[in-house]
Amino acid sequence: MTELIDTYWLYFLMGQYPHGPLGGLTLTVLLATLGLVLALPLGVLLGLARFSPQAWLRLPVTAWVWVVRGTPLLMVVFWAYFFLPTITGHKTGQFATMLIALIVFDAAYLAEIVHAGLKALPRGQLQASMSLGLTRAQALRWVLLPQALRHMLPSLINQFVATIKETSLGTIIGLSELSYIANQINAQVLVKPVEIYLTLAGSYFVMCFGLTRIAKTVERRLAT
Amino acid sequence: MPTLSFAPLLHGDYFTWLLTGLRLSLLLTGLTLLTALPLAVGLALMRLSPRRPLRVVGEAYVEAVRCVPLLVHMLFWYFGMPELLPAGLKERLYAGNIEVISAWAALTLYTAAYMSEDIRSGVRAVPAEQMHAAMALGFSPRAAMRLVVLPQALRITLPPLLSQTLNLWKNTSVATVIGAAELMYQAQRVESATFRGFETFALVTVAYLSVSLVLTGLAQWAQHRVSPARGGR
Repeated sequence: MTELIDTYWLYFLMGQYPHGPLGGLTLTVLLATLGLVLALPLGVLLGLARFSPQAWLRLPVTAWVWVVRGTPLLMVVFWAYFFLPTITGHKTGQFATMLIALIVFDAAYLAEIVHAGLKALPRGQLQASMSLGLTRAQALRWVLLPQALRHMLPSLINQFVATIKETSLGTIIGLSELSYIANQINAQVLVKPVEIYLTLAGSYFVMCFGLTRIAKTVERRLAT
Repeated sequence: MPTLSFAPLLHGDYFTWLLTGLRLSLLLTGLTLLTALPLAVGLALMRLSPRRPLRVVGEAYVEAVRCVPLLVHMLFWYFGMPELLPAGLKERLYAGNIEVISAWAALTLYTAAYMSEDIRSGVRAVPAEQMHAAMALGFSPRAAMRLVVLPQALRITLPPLLSQTLNLWKNTSVATVIGAAELMYQAQRVESATFRGFETFALVTVAYLSVSLVLTGLAQWAQHRVSPARGGR
């Protein structure tokens, strides 16, 4: 086991970097962070559209969110893998493919979180803002969203945990994130699958468990 | 770009491949429900137990399983677990359909962790008086839990359990990574044989969505009908 760690720890953490593309744990964290950060604005917009009184805006977005949520992430990844080159005209890298799939997928889930956050606010908030002369857009921008986002913080952290777990599916399109690297190591070593995959599971566990603890603490803070 | 045509996919071998894939995905969902539900009830009861060791074990299980991606569970059960088994059993496993069995094991353990949380909140939503009243009528704590509290809890839990079933349905697609020939696996196979990526993925997406639609509908129906929150019956 120590021999295994001695040989492969750097590969596990960073992939072939600096002699090749970045990979491993670093790439997993980078991908999950970028995915969530970029999905958030889109998720807020979709969530606002779900909350809109205008049917032409609300219904298509509701349908879109439902379609994405009813589809496995792997399916979204395959769509991205096949369609990005057709749209952009040149070959898309695995990182960009996975990132875009994650953004599309997570934005739909974030939209539901935002929508639920807005719905949970008392109706009086919107009415009071509008009777003070704010337009509906201003009321959403300055009064409702800031409150909703504050209460959403624990859900956002939990969504980050989900995103970290989702990045593991990058393996299937050959993206050298953590799970892919573990498969590579397993293919080289051959005789130690139990140790390798337990180490892999442990690495995800440390990240995700730490984040769920933080989410719980934030939740308690907000409750008081 | 060639014109779109679904015709080659809708009859002959390719259609049969997709159908067998769909059947295995549905089978995996059904089998996992059968094994995960009892495990989930057991885990929920452990977490609600007055005995501390039971609670700790239950909580550790749920946290450990939920903080690891399903893909890693599958890789472990496919590559790692067989190595730990005695030689005779291992050979029998490799002779059989090890991909499906590993996927089933991983899906069961993963789904049960999520379902147990739903069941636990269901049990906690049943007023404590129900337990007290049952015990005052002479039920043992165990009988009160089994005959009075759990039936009500499972009723409350039905809608979240159905949405977990929807997650389970989508999660079966991950089994393609270890080579179980479910719908996603067959989609890749058909795609590489026909080069009709758009048509294949459109067809398979519709298949996934149809089952999702049924499950969402059931969950909504359960929310309105079965949940006592509506008041009366």
